[in-house]
Amino acid sequence: MAKTRVIEIDPLTRVEGHGKVTIHLDERNNVDEARLHIVEFRGFERFILGRLYWEVPVIVQRLCGICPVSHHLAASKAMDSIVGVDRLTPTAEKMRRLMHYGQIMQSNVLHFFHLSSPDLLFGFESEVGKRNIFGIIEAYPDLAVKGIKLRKFGQEVIRATAGKKIHGTGAIPGGVNKNLSLAERDHLLENMEQMIEWAQEAVAIAAGYCVDHLALVQAFATFNSSHMSLVREDGALDLYHGVLRAIDASGNTIFDQVDYRDFNDYLMEEVRSWSYMKFPFIKRRGNLDGWYRVGPLSRMNTAGFIDTPLADNAHRAFRAFSNGRPNQMSLAYHWARMIEVLHCVEKIRELLHDPDLQGSDLVQRGERREEGIGVIEAPRGTLFHHYRVDQNDQVVFCNLIVSTTNNNEAMNRAVTQVAKAHLSNQTTITEGMLNQIEVAVRAYDPCLSCATHALGQMPLDVALYDAAGQLLQRKVKDGY
Amino acid sequence: MNKPFKFEIDGIEIEAQRGQSIMQAADEAGVYIPRLCDTEGLEPQGSCRVCVVKQNGRAVSACTQPAIEGAKVENETEEILGYRRDLVRMLYHEGNHLCPICEASGRCELQAMGYRLGITQATKYPYLQPARPVDASHPDIVLDTNRCILCGRCIRASRDIDKKHVFEYVGRGINKRVGVNGNKLAETDVKLNDRAIDLATCPVGCIIQKGRGFFAPIGERQFDKKPITLGVGPGKNRGKS
Repeated sequence: MAKTRVIEIDPLTRVEGHGKVTIHLDERNNVDEARLHIVEFRGFERFILGRLYWEVPVIVQRLCGICPVSHHLAASKAMDSIVGVDRLTPTAEKMRRLMHYGQIMQSNVLHFFHLSSPDLLFGFESEVGKRNIFGIIEAYPDLAVKGIKLRKFGQEVIRATAGKKIHGTGAIPGGVNKNLSLAERDHLLENMEQMIEWAQEAVAIAAGYCVDHLALVQAFATFNSSHMSLVREDGALDLYHGVLRAIDASGNTIFDQVDYRDFNDYLMEEVRSWSYMKFPFIKRRGNLDGWYRVGPLSRMNTAGFIDTPLADNAHRAFRAFSNGRPNQMSLAYHWARMIEVLHCVEKIRELLHDPDLQGSDLVQRGERREEGIGVIEAPRGTLFHHYRVDQNDQVVFCNLIVSTTNNNEAMNRAVTQVAKAHLSNQTTITEGMLNQIEVAVRAYDPCLSCATHALGQMPLDVALYDAAGQLLQRKVKDGY
Repeated sequence: MNKPFKFEIDGIEIEAQRGQSIMQAADEAGVYIPRLCDTEGLEPQGSCRVCVVKQNGRAVSACTQPAIEGAKVENETEEILGYRRDLVRMLYHEGNHLCPICEASGRCELQAMGYRLGITQATKYPYLQPARPVDASHPDIVLDTNRCILCGRCIRASRDIDKKHVFEYVGRGINKRVGVNGNKLAETDVKLNDRAIDLATCPVGCIIQKGRGFFAPIGERQFDKKPITLGVGPGKNRGKS
C-alpha cells in the first residue's frame, strides 16, 4: 500500500465559523485529494421540532450572527404559507425587502473589507502579521473607514426594520410588526448619497483587482460549473423573491421559471461520511454532474440584468469580462459581491423614498396550511427553509439547505485545485502556501457555523502526518 | 380602631392602615418592593420570596407580612438585594428561560427583574433543563411549563376570578409543576378571555396566546421603555409611581 500523508489546516481563519481542510499527499508529495470539512454540528433541524410556528423565524435566525436576517426572512416566508398568505401588504413586503438589502450589503461589505481585502491588497503570501484588518487600517485607513461605515449603514437599516442590528423580530408570519417611522427614514437618508458613492468605489476596487491581476484571477480556483439562483420572473436580479433558474457551464438553461415551492422536484442532497455538511445536486443531472454554485458569482451569471442603473452598468462590465459566458473564476466572487452592495444601496435609496413604508397595514391572515417553503437569496447564496406544522401549530418537520451547503462541492473543488497548484512536490509547507488554500475557501465567504466570527482570535494549527499517523511537521501560529 | 400608624422602610417613614401588609403600605406610599408571584387583583401567597425584606431584623415576605407600628424594614440593602439575586437566579436555572427566542421577552417580569437586579451572566447554579412536553392542544392557548416559575398566578386567577380551577399545582418538591384539570388543555373549559390567560397574569412565557407572538416590535415592548418598578408592569397599584 502506498504511503500517504495528510496535511490539516485547522481551523480555517477569516471565515465565519469553524472548519478545517485536509490535504492528502501521495508518497511522491503530489496532492491526491483535498477536502473542506465542516466540523460543527448545529442540529437546528432537530430541536426546532415541537416548537410553535410563529417562534420559528426568531429561533432559526440564531443559526447565524452575520446573516440572521436571511434565516429570519426565509423562515418568515415559509410561515407566510403556513398562515395562508401568498401576497403580503405593500408595507410588509417593502419593509422586509429593506431589511434584506441592509443585510446583504452589511454582510458583503464585512467579507470584502474585513476578511478578504488583506489577501487582495497585500498579497496571498504577504507578511502574516500584517495580513489582517488591522494591517488594512494602518496601510489604507481611508478604505478601512469606508468599509466600517458602509457596514454600519447596513446594520442601521436592519435596526430600523427589525428593532435590533442582530437577531431582531421585524418579520412575523403574514407580515411585519412595524413600519418605518419618518424619523428612522430621515436618519437613514442622511448618509444615503455617501453610501452610493462608496459602494461605487468598492465595485471599482474589486473590478480593478480582477483586471489588474488577470492571469491570477483566470487561473486561481477557476473551474466550470453550473450556477443557480432565484431571479425575478423577467430575469432581473432579485434577492428577496422570484423563481429558480439554473444554467450550465456554457450558460444553457437547465431549468427556469421554477416555483421555489417545488424545489424538491429539482434538487437532492447527498451525505458523505467525512462532513456534517450535505452535498446538494440537481436531480436530473445526478450526484456526479449535478453540483452547482450559488452566491454572488452565480447570481451575476443567472441574472439577465439588474433593475438599478448603477449596478446594472457594473453587471454589464462584469459579464463582458468573461465575454458574456458564465464567469467561472472564484476570485470574481469579490467583484460580484460588490456589485450586489451597489444594487442594495440603490434599492435602499429607492425604498426610503417610497411612502408605502409608512403604511399601517402590516399583517394578513389566510386559510391555515400545514406545509411552508421559504426561499431567499442570502449573501452567500440560495437559502431554502422547508417546514411542516401540525394542527396544534407545532413544527413536525424541518429541512434547511443553507447557502454555504449549496457551494460544498465547489469549495472542495477550489481547495483541491489550489492545493495541487501550490503544494504538490513541496517538501516544506509555508504559511503562505496554506493561505492560498484559505483564499480559495474565503472567496465563497462560507458561513461554517454561522455564529462565530473568528477574526483575530483563532490560531492556525497545521500538522503533517505520515501514513502511520506519525507527526512529521507541525506549524502553529497565533491568531491573526 | 383603624387609626393609621407609621413604620420605616429604609429610613423612609411610611403610613399604614391596620391589617395592611408591608407591600400594600409601601405601594400606597410609592415605595417599590420587587415581586413576582404577587399581582394586582389576586390574593398574595408569598411563594416566590422575591419581596423578601427584613422587619426588625427578621426576613419576611412583604406581600404577606402585616406592617407593624414603629417597625424598621430593610428593603434595598445590599444584603436583601443579594437574597433576591440568588432567588431570581435559581428561577432561571430551574426552567428553560431562553429569552432570545421567547415571545414574552420584553414583557416578561422574570427577565425584567433579572435586569433590575443586575443579573447579566450565567451563575454558579446548574441548569436543570426540564424537558416537559409543550401542551398546544387548545386552539387558542399554549402551556409551556418549561418556562413556569410556579408563581401560581394562573392558579389563583382561574380559581378565584374565573371560578374554573383550570390550573393547579401537581407533584412535590423539585417535581412540583403546574398541571391542568384534564389530560390536556383542550379538555378543560379554559377560554382565551379568562383572567388566567390574560398576558398580565403569567409573568413569564409559560401561558401563551396562540399566533400573537412577536407582534410588539423591539423598542415598543413593556419593559423596553421603562424598567420594572411600581406602576410599570402588572404589579399592584399600577400607575401610582
